[in-house]
Amino acid sequence: MHEIDAFFLARVQFAFTVSFHIIFPAITIGLASYLAVLEGLWLKTRNPDYKSLYFFWSKIFAVNFGMGVVSGIVMAYQFGTNWQGFSQFAGSVTGPLLTYEVLTAFFLEAGFLGVMLFGWHKVGEKLHFFATSMVALGTFISTFWILASNSWMHTPQGVEIVNGQVIPVDWLDVIFNPSFPYRLTHMTLAAYVSTALLVGAVGAWHLLRGNQSTANRKMLSMAMWMLLLTVPVQTLIGDLHGLNTLQYQPAKIAAIEGHWDNSSGEPTPLILFGMPNEDKEETQYKIEIPYLASLILNHSLEKPIPALKDFPKEERPPSAVIFWSFRIMVMLGMLMLLQAFVALVLRKGRKLYQSGLFLKFAVAMGPSGLIAILAGWFTTEIGRQPWTVYGLQKTADAVSAHSTLQMSVSLMLFIVIYCAVFGAGYFYMLVQMRQGVVPDAGSEHEVPVISGRL
Amino acid sequence: MGFDLSILWFVIIVFSVVMYVAMDGFDLGVGMLLPFAADRDERDVMVNSVAPVWDGNETWIVLGGAGLMGAFPLAYSVVLDAFAIPATLMLLALIFRGVAFEFRVRALDSHQDFWEKALAGGSLLASFFQGVMAGALVQGLPVMDAHYAGTNFDWLTPFSVFCGIGLVVAYLLLGSTWLVLKSEGALQERLRAFAQKALIFMAVILFFVSVWTPIQSNIIASRWFSAPNLYYLWLLPAGSLSMLILARYALARGHEHTGFVCSLGVILSGFAGLGISVWPNIIPPGVSIWEAAAPPQSQGFMLVGALFIIPFILGYSFWSYHVFSGKVKMGEGYH
Repeated sequence: MHEIDAFFLARVQFAFTVSFHIIFPAITIGLASYLAVLEGLWLKTRNPDYKSLYFFWSKIFAVNFGMGVVSGIVMAYQFGTNWQGFSQFAGSVTGPLLTYEVLTAFFLEAGFLGVMLFGWHKVGEKLHFFATSMVALGTFISTFWILASNSWMHTPQGVEIVNGQVIPVDWLDVIFNPSFPYRLTHMTLAAYVSTALLVGAVGAWHLLRGNQSTANRKMLSMAMWMLLLTVPVQTLIGDLHGLNTLQYQPAKIAAIEGHWDNSSGEPTPLILFGMPNEDKEETQYKIEIPYLASLILNHSLEKPIPALKDFPKEERPPSAVIFWSFRIMVMLGMLMLLQAFVALVLRKGRKLYQSGLFLKFAVAMGPSGLIAILAGWFTTEIGRQPWTVYGLQKTADAVSAHSTLQMSVSLMLFIVIYCAVFGAGYFYMLVQMRQGVVPDAGSEHEVPVISGRL
Repeated sequence: MGFDLSILWFVIIVFSVVMYVAMDGFDLGVGMLLPFAADRDERDVMVNSVAPVWDGNETWIVLGGAGLMGAFPLAYSVVLDAFAIPATLMLLALIFRGVAFEFRVRALDSHQDFWEKALAGGSLLASFFQGVMAGALVQGLPVMDAHYAGTNFDWLTPFSVFCGIGLVVAYLLLGSTWLVLKSEGALQERLRAFAQKALIFMAVILFFVSVWTPIQSNIIASRWFSAPNLYYLWLLPAGSLSMLILARYALARGHEHTGFVCSLGVILSGFAGLGISVWPNIIPPGVSIWEAAAPPQSQGFMLVGALFIIPFILGYSFWSYHVFSGKVKMGEGYH
């Protein structure tokens, strides 16, 4: 195991704060688009269900957005407080990308969020819809820049290194680095899928409790269409992303597959389950399917995939962790596919809103998208180790030289405060979800209690 | 090339910080003033006066931070390394402040009181630590081989704590004059009286900071008190003093906008004073903006975006303020 030193604590603190954070933007990205669609449909059809759904989800959106903002600012400053080596080495690349994110996305979201949440009676309908759409656009632009920055750390290009500092040479190469298209699509779709699962679960929960209102049915129905649209594409993109990783980070693939040895030259089986053991350099208790890993990754029945023993010990990512995080993500993905297609079959048989078993399944799948996002990020980020900027800077050289005491205290503070504050936030969001959609009375004059504030 | 990228970026970052101080300054001030409200209705008016805009206001400090990281990575890493403890405490305080805007109405009834206190307490601590860091930066940070060479607690000095208190007073002044502008009736009267007291405290604090800063550093003293600087720099404290007097007069006579704008002027002139003291260093006393600069490829790339996009940001931010202009009425906004 790791020694508990300041370096290890800084890594734990980053992993902890970014894990808490990523949930919020994922929901923000998905819900912002969902809200824009709901408001657009309301303007087009004047069906009051869309408006009541908009009011219902915008309250949850507001709580979630606030938490995303404050946990995000912590990330922006943590590079400086804990990762001095990284900031000095790569700040000339990640700083400008982050600056563009602030300029093009954060201000756009924040500037129109006020009107979106508080301006229902202050501006016209079309202008309000425009504000919602700008918030949604902002979330997408934000994804673009942060994924450009993160992808560059995985597959850096377009730079040269002078005096221990990265000098950008070609910004288009920096931004559109080899893993960027896959990561951007994978994460955006993940946000949409997670939100659809969440929305579907809330709809299903109210339907299960016997509230068969048209709004609840619409909520589940829209979510299931969204799943059907996005999950199969996500599966395909995931596969392409894996092939891209094989090309640029072969050690990560070997660690994900728990594959150690290629001395026999035989094609690689796919290990379904097992226990990668880093000391014995083998995966124990494994259940495997012959040829399958070679087939999936190399489209070949002969060529083996990279093996961990091909890489020096200090350059291997920890297989025991990412072997499992990857499998959790994939298993959840399979369940999502199942859910999307079962929903389609039930819909054809007109039983989507009545099948108790399916509705329970949909409720259980509510958080699965967010868990899959965390598992996926754990896989790709831990899989990049021991590098912070792949091939250019080791994580051990990126960290600031703080004392173990200081890092312990700050980690404790973050754990206590995050669990208390964001735990409370999750709880309030769940309470909102449980309260359910308040039917719109059809006329604005009949809902005078809500004035301006949704 | 006729222009210096480092100077331009220094100007943009200072502009971001000024926007932050001006705009999130009154948000934080409003937060700190919550305990002075008589009841829940008054607190609603106070919070609603900033709820639609606080997020955009806070974004200016994110731009400052990101711009610093991109344009002056050395300064970003050294300053935050030195200020790891106060910066972390400030960020945690901003967490409580930020979530409380929503939580105070969305939480269970029994929790709402706690989140109102969190909004006030978070605002207070965030303001205090921002002032502490500003003070400690003016005092200077030891840098060796591009690394911070001091200890974890160098930032904690009598001067920096005084600056922390000073910024709390400054934000209270901004918050109370903002609320005079946005509220009516008994609440407005109470805040007007508060703002007038805050002005006096502000004058005292500015006086002490102006005396204390040059005493600590010969470089800063000679910057201010040697010819030819002396001939025109005296205009700054003179301007500051006249705006103080004008603000007090405006508050007494009910010129609400003038009261707020002049208070802002007083605070920004104090800020300009700090800038004059440290220029051209980005990490006083020894690291200039050119020594800390990122490669021109980075600064140039960012500059294109900044010059093109900031006007749009100012445009729609102004529009958002316009949508929510005017007095906040009791019972408006929340359920």
